[in-house]
Parts: sequence; C-alpha cells; structure tokens
Amino acid sequence: MKEKNPKILWTLFKTMFVLSACTFGGGFVIVSLMKKKFVEELKWLEEDEMLDITAITQSSPGPLPINASVIIGYRMYGIVGSLVAILGTAIPPMVIISIICVFYTQFRTNRIIAIALQVMRAGVAAVILDVTIGLAQNILKTKSALHIALMVIAFVAAVFLKVSAILIILICLAIGIILAAVGHFSKQKNERNLDHEPTC
Amino acid sequence: MNLLVKLFFSFIQVGLFSVGGGYAAIPLIQEQIVNVHGLMTLEEFTDLITIAEMTPGPISINSSTFVGTRLAGPFGAIICTLGCILPSFIICLTLAHFYYKYRTLGAVQTILAALRPAVVALIGSAGISILLLALFQSDLAGVNFANTRWLDFGLFAGGLFLLRRYKEKMSAITIIFGTGIIGTVLYLLV
Repeated sequence: MKEKNPKILWTLFKTMFVLSACTFGGGFVIVSLMKKKFVEELKWLEEDEMLDITAITQSSPGPLPINASVIIGYRMYGIVGSLVAILGTAIPPMVIISIICVFYTQFRTNRIIAIALQVMRAGVAAVILDVTIGLAQNILKTKSALHIALMVIAFVAAVFLKVSAILIILICLAIGIILAAVGHFSKQKNERNLDHEPTC
Repeated sequence: MNLLVKLFFSFIQVGLFSVGGGYAAIPLIQEQIVNVHGLMTLEEFTDLITIAEMTPGPISINSSTFVGTRLAGPFGAIICTLGCILPSFIICLTLAHFYYKYRTLGAVQTILAALRPAVVALIGSAGISILLLALFQSDLAGVNFANTRWLDFGLFAGGLFLLRRYKEKMSAITIIFGTGIIGTVLYLLV
C-alpha cells in the first residue's frame, strides 16, 4: 500500500473490468494479462511480487482471477481496494452470462462466434508465451542452478506428466521450506563458531 | 429451505473447495446442483459448461451466474456469485496480509524464490495447452500434424512477434482481439 490516492481505485476497477471481460480460458491467462498490465504497463507491482501473488492465488480455494483481484486490490488500497477489484472482475462475466442465458441456443450454434472464439486462442497463446519467455529469462538470469532446474522439472511435470498445478506448487513450497531451514541452521552454526573464535 | 439460501450455501461450498482454478469447480457445482439438490438436469448442466468455457471470465463466476439466472433470475445470479466469492475474499485477504507483512524476511524470501520457478513453468504450461488447442484443436496426446491449422499458426506467430518486438507498447487485449477479428475475416473468406 505505497500510494493512497483514491484515483487508483478507478484505474484498478477499470483495469480489472477490461481484463476480466477479455479473458478466455483458465486462470493463468488472466495472470499473464495482469503481469503485462500491472508490472509492465502500470508499474504498480514488481515482477517477483506478481509471481508470489500467482503462487498464493493458485494454492487458495476459489476462482483464480478473483483471488488475484483480492490480493492486488489489497496491495494498492487495502480492503476497499480488494472490494473494488472484485467488482471489476465479477461484473463483466455476470453481465455477459446473463445476456447469453437468454439467447443461448442462438449463441451456441452461431458459426461466426464459433470461429472467433477458436481463432482468439492463437492470440491468447501468443500473450501467455510472450509473458512466459520474459519470466523464464529472468529466472535464467539468476544463474541459480537449483531454480533453473526447478523451473524445467516443473514444466516437464505439468506439460508431459500432467501433474496438477497445486501439487507442483506444494512440492516447491516444501523444497523452499527445507532450504530456508537448512539456511537457518547453517547460519546459527556459523554464528556459534564466530562466538567461539575470540576464545580460541 | 428457501431456494436463494440453499443456492448461497451451495456456492459457498463450491468457492471453498475448488482449489486450483475453474475446472476444479465444475464437479463441485455438479455435485451441489445436480446430485444433492436436483435443481438442474445433467443435460442443462453440460450446456452450462460449454457456455462457461466459451465466454470470457472465470469459469466458476460464469457457472454461478448461469445457474443463478436459470434458477432464480438476476437476483439468483448475484447470490450465487457472492457465495462463490466469499470464501476467496476472506482467505486471500488473510494471506495477502501475512504476505506483505513477512515477505521481506530472509526465510520467507528463500521459500518464495523456490516457488517462483514453478509458477513460471505453470504459466508456460497453460500457454502450451492453449497453443495446442489453437493449432490442433486437441491436447498433447491428440496432436496430429496433418491437422495443423496454419492460419491460426500464422496469427499466433504474428502476435508473438509483435509482443516481443514492441513489449510494453503492445497491449495483450489488442493482440487477442486483433487475432479474433483478422482470423474470423480470413476464415470466412477462405
């Protein structure tokens, strides 16, 4: 919650509204769009922060875009920000579905709509892979063999072995906790060694 | 029990137990609406999934709105969606609070750093699934290069080129709707 300018509430609402209205497919689609918008265009969030938010939203119950809205809204303007972001995300699908409910036979059998929905997938794939390339480059730049290996293994597990996203996140969470514990104990050991040094 | 109350509590359960995105919510909604309460037939429910997948927006919001509208009009739609969102709101708000409070701690940093590569891989994997749907209309197991949709491949390659070349200046929405409009026109002409 760096800024407290009420104007950002309007930008927040508008951005969530547009993203939600234009998102076809699962939650990772909207996460890619959010990354492009909030990190690259608006510069509200850092890239690492967006990845952390994605991990949290993926491991919490409920619709992913709503979860992400709650956290980003909270970050920008506290609980009010969360509520505004949820409204922005929830209104477009509610309106669109309510309209489609009425015309739904015509909608389902319309040839132009079927073609448009199919070809738009090519654009969605381009956006997600563009975001992925940028993110993967940054992981490679860390030159940490462990993190690069985690990324490659997670990718193979998700694409080829069909391991569920939540399981992959839980396993990496466990690895992270082990690393943090090891780091903590080796630091304690070093400190103890340092304490002993003057007496040596 | 009043229908609206029943719907509200059914969708709270859907929101609370659907971990891992929209597709996890579908069997839960089916359980609540078709099996437990018998509010919809399985056929209606199948139509619902088709519509929820075809239209923009989160699948679980789409489904709760659809079920709500069908069973109790616009007010039902609002009640179902509220029920579906409520658990998310409380849980994510709590997690966000702790995340921003402790994320600068060394140990938390180490844990988050191990999670980030996984998230990148998962976003990439979602991209691959959608690319396969765009190019072959199938998943990985069903890929047949004889069925490649070259026009869609051209749209994808063009879109990716523009995004890589112009970075921040090229908005995602422009690319998605651009491919939608150009692709539809080309398919209708061919």
